[in-house]
Amino acid sequence: MSALKIKKGTSRHSAYDLRDPHAEAPETHTLAVLVDNEAGVLARVIGLFSGRGYNIDSLTVAEVDHTGHTSRITIVTTGTPSIIEQIKAQLGRIVPVHEVHDLTVEGRSVERELALFKVAGEGDKRVEALRLADIFRANVVDSTLGSFVFEITGTPEKVDAFADLMRPLGLVEVARTGVAALSRGAQG
Amino acid sequence: MQKAMTGAKMVVQALKDQGVEVVFGYPGGAVLPIYDEIFQQNEIRHVLVRHEQGAVHAAEGYARATGKPGVCLVTSGPGATNAVTGLTDALMDSIPIVVLTGQVPTFMIGNDAFQEADTVGITRPCTKHNWLVKETERLSDVIHQAFHVATAGRPGPVLVDIPKDVQFASAGYTPKQKARTTHYQPKVKGDLDRITELAELMAKAERPILYTGGGVINSGPAASQLLRELAEETGFPVTSTLMGLGAYPASGKQWLGMLGMHGLYEANLAMHGCDLMINIGARFDDRITGRLQDFSPRSKKAHIDIDPSSINKVIHVDIPIVGDVAHVLEDLLHVWKAQGRKVNREGLAKWWAQIEDWRAVDCLKFEQTGRTIKPQHALARLEALTRDHPDRYICTEVGQHQMWAAQYMGFDAPNRWMTSGGLGTMGYGFPASIGVQMAHPDALVINVAGEASWLMNMQEMGTAVQYRLPVKQFILNNERLGMVRQWQELLHGERYSHSWSEALPDFVKLAEAFGAKGIHCADPDTLDEAIMEMLAYDGPVIFDCLVEKHENCFPMIPSGEPHNKMLLGEASTLDAIGAKGAVLV
Ligand SMILES: Cc1cc2nc3c(=O)[nH]c(=O)nc-3n(C[C@H](O)[C@H](O)[C@H](O)COP(=O)(O)OP(=O)(O)OC[C@H]3O[C@@H](n4cnc5c(N)ncnc54)[C@H](O)[C@@H]3O)c2cc1C
Ligand SMILES: Cc1ncc(C[n+]2csc(CCOP(=O)(O)OP(=O)(O)O)c2C)c(N)n1
Repeated sequence: MSALKIKKGTSRHSAYDLRDPHAEAPETHTLAVLVDNEAGVLARVIGLFSGRGYNIDSLTVAEVDHTGHTSRITIVTTGTPSIIEQIKAQLGRIVPVHEVHDLTVEGRSVERELALFKVAGEGDKRVEALRLADIFRANVVDSTLGSFVFEITGTPEKVDAFADLMRPLGLVEVARTGVAALSRGAQG
Repeated sequence: MQKAMTGAKMVVQALKDQGVEVVFGYPGGAVLPIYDEIFQQNEIRHVLVRHEQGAVHAAEGYARATGKPGVCLVTSGPGATNAVTGLTDALMDSIPIVVLTGQVPTFMIGNDAFQEADTVGITRPCTKHNWLVKETERLSDVIHQAFHVATAGRPGPVLVDIPKDVQFASAGYTPKQKARTTHYQPKVKGDLDRITELAELMAKAERPILYTGGGVINSGPAASQLLRELAEETGFPVTSTLMGLGAYPASGKQWLGMLGMHGLYEANLAMHGCDLMINIGARFDDRITGRLQDFSPRSKKAHIDIDPSSINKVIHVDIPIVGDVAHVLEDLLHVWKAQGRKVNREGLAKWWAQIEDWRAVDCLKFEQTGRTIKPQHALARLEALTRDHPDRYICTEVGQHQMWAAQYMGFDAPNRWMTSGGLGTMGYGFPASIGVQMAHPDALVINVAGEASWLMNMQEMGTAVQYRLPVKQFILNNERLGMVRQWQELLHGERYSHSWSEALPDFVKLAEAFGAKGIHCADPDTLDEAIMEMLAYDGPVIFDCLVEKHENCFPMIPSGEPHNKMLLGEASTLDAIGAKGAVLV
């Protein structure tokens, strides 16, 4: 009611400063979203994330039921617990979205990613790359005298670890599919 | 057997089956087959607006005043892009509207054809859902779905984009009852355990408040009735957002007035000091909460909302109840009565005594002195002279006049107040008033406007005159972008950068040029007489009310401040907005 004694600041402040920055730590969650496979549905999901400023760490999508025309979108995202809740509620609001599952909290799940690595090199480096690939159960899907393309599947962490090892051995290019995930056990 | 017909005929048939009476639209190449069908029938009336933005706001006004979805028909390309502001407005304010757009023929899509725009792409983020229909056999099904999605759950705008070849081709018509709507059925019943928990808290509360919003209006007249019953049963004080005005009557004795940035002192302090806040169909907008950490720090909070994403979006609540207001309030009242619950009389009596002290501050008081009309006075007089009208609807534009209208005019019933809240769209009110008058031809429909906002869609004078819609445009003319000017005064060292209007038209002559009536008033002594003249005139009127140019709108909670840091008048505004507040809008 009385005159306010707020010092005039000179620095720029973000509106988000008004939220308590220490309240919540970010978490990574894997979401499975079942949608009607209709035109534009992926754009709706991606637009939601970009429009509201949420992160997409990885995203995969493909039709999983060709008769019912449903697709499964698997999204790995990072945010504070309240942001994750908001993301799920916002996804649930999209009309062609049927189900949203948070595999990170709904019991145990398996996550797999496929990646292709092109590694070029000669001599010891080439031998070492092949040896490590064997340890990681990566397959050679293409080879020339000076290069390999390895195919590896596993958790994103395993793929990351493989990438770290390949980097000093002549890593040229990587292609990753993003995560596909399912809950464990008999239940759908 | 399904009846075969052209896509264009299907559109008109589907609208009829949906009970549509009025379509607001504007023709163009890509919708000509549909216009041809409209020409050959008399059941659905078409209102030719003067700009597609006007069509959408008119449909919003129609929807808000009737509870039925508003319908628009516009052409491809520029027709569709002109509709974008209205769609966004309807999305923010949860207004059910169905917009039909023409599109270039399917075989030309993607070729940068004449008047082609990626309409579903452009409108995806500003509709609840949209469809591009590429096969005529899907068209009627999609239109029925569109009406369902627009009105079910949290209402909102939808758009159906119809290529021209789809309008010409023939296919079987899917009747309304056979349309595919089962996949979208939002939950309307609230969780009974939560409702019972809320009833328990209500019985204990010493300082409760009902914080109501647009969701009560969206839920329909039964929700307003049940809200009144709940208030009556408990004796709890009631406040509302800008969007919920009229759900609880302004003449009711438990009414605290609007809350929020320009809300009443008693409403905001009661929100700040309460121990139980019951949010009924409101969304903790930033105009309400101010600084989040300091928002009502000592209260338990319950939130009734049909949209799960509204819950815990901004403010964490203790009792979330996902469901439709009317359904939840019915169950709440049932539980309350069945369990024989009673309120905490002693606590409540003290709480009301405290509220009466706040009320005594009389935060809306002003003095009409001198020879210039104060805007508050103009609205207080408009209110006094129209309050008893049996069938009054008020629209507004956006700015100071909008806030003053919310403060000085009282609404005793829902659906009688149309304003652009979430998007704050200047230019909303005039076309909205046209939509309202189309729905209620004999009602008194007034648009409280600022001159700057009003000019944004002034072309709709043509529509008002053509359809003999006696809408009253009550312009509080301060020759300023008043709300902007106010912020520049408080925030930007009184540097009034581009916030005044020069070269304003002579509004009386403008009215006459369109074939309407113009009234000018600048004298407090003739104000009543001039208002009576406006009310008596059977036709559209532009009322140019010249008001005090530098009046500021109070009370005001500066951006980024908590409720208890409210500014009541000029004396308290010095350095009122800190650097953190300055970045906020
Ligand atoms: C210049 C300006 C100043 C403003 N100042 C103020 C101010 O001082 N005070 C103020 O209050 N506003 C003010 N506003 C408006 C403000 O921006 C918001 O639009 C408004 O506060 C939101 O109202 P609401 O919370 O009722 O939500 P709405 O936008 O009306 O949303 C309704 C909520 O109810 C839910 N809902 C919908 N249907 C149902 C149903 N059937 N059952 C249950 N829930 C349902 C929705 O999911 C949503 O969460 C101002 C606007 C402008 C342009
Ligand atoms: C389309 C649009 N553009 C800009 C704004 C920003 N704005 C908010 S209020 C306002 C001034 C409105 O002036 P006027 O209609 O004369 O009303 P007053 O505030 O003077 O009552 C402006 C420019 C807006 N809300 N909408």
